[in-house]
Amino acid sequence: MLNFLARRVAATIPVMLVVAVLVFLITRLTPGDPAAILAGDAASTEQIARIRANLGLDQPIVVQFGIWFGNALTGDLGESFYYKAKVVALIGHRLEPTLSLAALTIAIAVLAAVPLGVLAAWRFGGWFDRALMGFSVLGFSVPVFVLAYILIWVIALKLGLLPVQGYQRIADGVLPWLYHLILPSITLSVIYIALIARVTRASVLEALGEDYIRTARAKGLPEARVLVGHALANAAVPIATVIGIGIALLIGGVVVTESVYAIPGLGRLTVDAVLARDFPTIQGVILFFSFVYVLINLLVDLSYVFFDPRIRY
Amino acid sequence: MDAPDARQYAALSIEAAAVVRTQSVWERVRASWSVRLGGSALVFLVLLALAAPWLGTVDPTLFDAGSRDLRPGAQGEITTLEGETVKHSFIMGSDSLGRDIYSRVLYGTRVSLIVGISTALLALAFGIVCGLASGYLRWLDGILMRVMDGIMAIPAILIAIALVAMWRGSLLTVVVAIAIPEIPRVTRLVRSLVLSIREEPYVEAAVSLGTPTVKIMFAHILPNCIAPLLVQGTFICALGILVEAILSFLGVGLPPDIPTWGNVMAEGRIHFNEYPHNIFFPGVFLAVTVLAVNILGDGLRDTLDPKMAKKV
Repeated sequence: MLNFLARRVAATIPVMLVVAVLVFLITRLTPGDPAAILAGDAASTEQIARIRANLGLDQPIVVQFGIWFGNALTGDLGESFYYKAKVVALIGHRLEPTLSLAALTIAIAVLAAVPLGVLAAWRFGGWFDRALMGFSVLGFSVPVFVLAYILIWVIALKLGLLPVQGYQRIADGVLPWLYHLILPSITLSVIYIALIARVTRASVLEALGEDYIRTARAKGLPEARVLVGHALANAAVPIATVIGIGIALLIGGVVVTESVYAIPGLGRLTVDAVLARDFPTIQGVILFFSFVYVLINLLVDLSYVFFDPRIRY
Repeated sequence: MDAPDARQYAALSIEAAAVVRTQSVWERVRASWSVRLGGSALVFLVLLALAAPWLGTVDPTLFDAGSRDLRPGAQGEITTLEGETVKHSFIMGSDSLGRDIYSRVLYGTRVSLIVGISTALLALAFGIVCGLASGYLRWLDGILMRVMDGIMAIPAILIAIALVAMWRGSLLTVVVAIAIPEIPRVTRLVRSLVLSIREEPYVEAAVSLGTPTVKIMFAHILPNCIAPLLVQGTFICALGILVEAILSFLGVGLPPDIPTWGNVMAEGRIHFNEYPHNIFFPGVFLAVTVLAVNILGDGLRDTLDPKMAKKV
């Protein structure tokens, strides 16, 4: 197990290295002087000269990458000229809303999608199955911001049930926090539900064809225990995998959802940074999101042991 | 030796197998209702995009201060580039600059379809080359796949946003920026197909006949990848349309004067409370288009690629 853990962690290193190179290249492939780009439009010549010296821009590009990457490893992602702050501090400050939104979205999605998928597989080919598959194609096709505005229009503006936008810190009370976060989370969870329900249905369907299901039914187990205890338990690994892969989708959705609902999180920071052409922040946020994505998929890989005792690393 | 009599012949003859009429792939594809539904919706949208100038539209960039924020169906005026003021019926209302939403939405169909199709073609072209190279030239495989893993570790929208920020928004940069994060998925697909096809006897035969590697790759292996690639291409097209709209909506895509669905919606955000039509009409067009492409893709997958269809 420890051996596997070490190998699996080691395998993420080249991936993160490639990510780092790609993110580094963002400022180097932009036409113009990297120092001037990093310093922003309002920078003085002294500031630009200082950045040039700090980044070693007079040295070969490999050395430049080494300096930048070394800084990133020690937690220094540079300074944002736009926010006049360290990028790491900016990310730390914006982390809570995004984390809240993502956690609530995943919770809603898993709680809704897994039962839906199991039911659809149980009644394979029936009206519920076909309705769910139809919903899932629809879920992939309706853009998250269109859905967001439909929900805002109906639930917030017409029915007045939930706030239109905004965010309350969890430190100010759990209820106001939840009250502001429900609508964005539901919006964001739809595409995730579509994805997880599809995979749950497919893998439960496959498990239902196995001999042990027939045995379980033959010995008179209640259908619910057959479905959950036998079919779903054996379908857990692909479901865990798709939740991990779907994080990429979720991060993309966070950027849009935070923008629509005016949530001051990392997604909003990304868009604002791009509009201001604030490259240190863009680089920092992308590096951070990719790191989280790789880390979550590492955890998903490790969770296989928990879901399937047959797997031994 | 006696001439064999008729009975002997009868005993020896084997009855010819009855001709089993199998449906051709094309027939199966046409019979699929999802291909029909998605395909017809798409043909309709293409016709709409082509015929945009003759469907009662005005120049989508025209605005008139007197026709601001009109509700759908309202009558108003619009000033042409020649300075003429003409009466115009705003079927879908107007935006806060007095531009006709109907015209902008109809012309936006062009942008969306062009972006979707070009994104798919570009991602497929690069993915095919990388996938063939990676699957056939083993020394390149390691490096190429590590780079692809790296690209796939960055959420697709972030790559697109960063690239557009780098190059600034234009039709070309937006298409390239959306296509790049899709290349690894195509590459992996082609690579896995190549790895199984290269073991087939006909490839072995071609190798032993001395066929050049490039010819084996493009003439023997590629044609056998077409069905799954067509399916993948359809899904990339849907994604391309979606991501372009997201980029424009966030204000980081095509310049705001270009009529795209995302731009119309971005413009409508501020007055959404009073004038939801700015978001509603382009939103419906966007959702229907993406839905049509996705349904077409599902149908193609079910008929062309039954192995993949079972997985999802």
